[in-house]
Amino acid sequence: MQDASRDKSDKRTARDGAAAGGQPRSAPADWAALMARVARGDRAAFAEVFRHFAPRVKAYLVKSGAVPALAEDCMQDVMATVWRKAAQFDPARASLAAWIFTIARNRRIDLLRRERRPEAEDLAWGPQAAPEAAEALALQQDAARLARALSDLPEAQRQVIVQAYFGDLSHAQIAARTGLPLGTIKSRTKLALDRLRHAMGRE
Amino acid sequence: MTPRPAPRHHPDAALLMAHAAGTLPEAFSLVVATHVSLCDTCRVELAAHEETGGALLEMMAEGGSGRHEAAMDQDGVLEKVLERAQALPEAAPPAPPAPGTDLPEPLAAYVGGGMDAIPWRRVGGGIRQAVLETGPDASARLLYIPGGRAVPDHGHRGLELTLVLSGAFSDSEDRFGPGDLELATPELEHTPVAEPGAPCICLAATDAPLRFTGLLPRLAQRLMGI
Repeated sequence: MQDASRDKSDKRTARDGAAAGGQPRSAPADWAALMARVARGDRAAFAEVFRHFAPRVKAYLVKSGAVPALAEDCMQDVMATVWRKAAQFDPARASLAAWIFTIARNRRIDLLRRERRPEAEDLAWGPQAAPEAAEALALQQDAARLARALSDLPEAQRQVIVQAYFGDLSHAQIAARTGLPLGTIKSRTKLALDRLRHAMGRE
Repeated sequence: MTPRPAPRHHPDAALLMAHAAGTLPEAFSLVVATHVSLCDTCRVELAAHEETGGALLEMMAEGGSGRHEAAMDQDGVLEKVLERAQALPEAAPPAPPAPGTDLPEPLAAYVGGGMDAIPWRRVGGGIRQAVLETGPDASARLLYIPGGRAVPDHGHRGLELTLVLSGAFSDSEDRFGPGDLELATPELEHTPVAEPGAPCICLAATDAPLRFTGLLPRLAQRLMGI
């Protein structure tokens, strides 16, 4: 990719990183279109996905306890999988961020805990039903709303969820780290989830 | 698999969230994944929790361990990643479920087949079990309880998940049929009893060793490692 377009893409990424949870990076359909190109072997499209997600995947792994060298190696594995399995990404079933999150999560379990990851049986989707554009759009819009709801949560509640996802901590361990009694953590998690649900239902 | 009625007892939100986050011990994740395979309600819930993971990933500040890394040679890394991708095995489309498997897929993978392939061991009282190989933080086993038979009294020091695969059991809490998941905390001293008739086959996982209160079961516990 040429320098000019890379600069533009870098700036956009940096701005989004700063405005955590502000406006989503791009129109919901963008990633789906890019991934369709990636699935056809388009390296320029993959470069855009890579610039946005590679640093985030690495940050996720570091935050979950991987030392930087391992996180870098693991991130490269995750992004290689994204390139290789691009055709399996279905925008009617997950946002790109969620899809990449599940790949990174599974790789983390494999590498850091050396355990298998049991996954639910896939639904039979019938004879290659074409992804419905409307369905995909609805799902991507829901995902964007969820991201906004999450960033609108009070800080204390958001932190409980952040730690649940990235800390590899049980409720008991979160309680030990924050000094909060276990019951508080459980009710806060519930409160945070209720508020998220509420925000999703109303918007 | 034959259609069944929708399960009535589900994992709670915290358990589904932890499964989505990937922080549960493997044995618990196996139970949750098996339940989700049988429960469309929880499948949708799980997808929502995975979207939360995606939203949090999106919110991650760049670099993690330092801003300077954002300035790393990204194109160089990109090339390395593409090279690495070439070395990965060909990404096969997800395989369709093997026909005739009477166990949900995630469980069949641990058993190495269907119900017929379960390596049962007798543990007394007509009860059989098969321990599944998982990570060390919790253990998973399949239990075969003849109709009308009570599972010996036991208390727990940890969390216990029990998922019914066929038949049904009842305890002081409720009735649990195929696909139902019971979540028992250390406070619950329960005595599940299999319904008369067909045996009850369930998948159970716990993060504490079971403590049977009767003498014989305790001996069995020592001998069989249950």
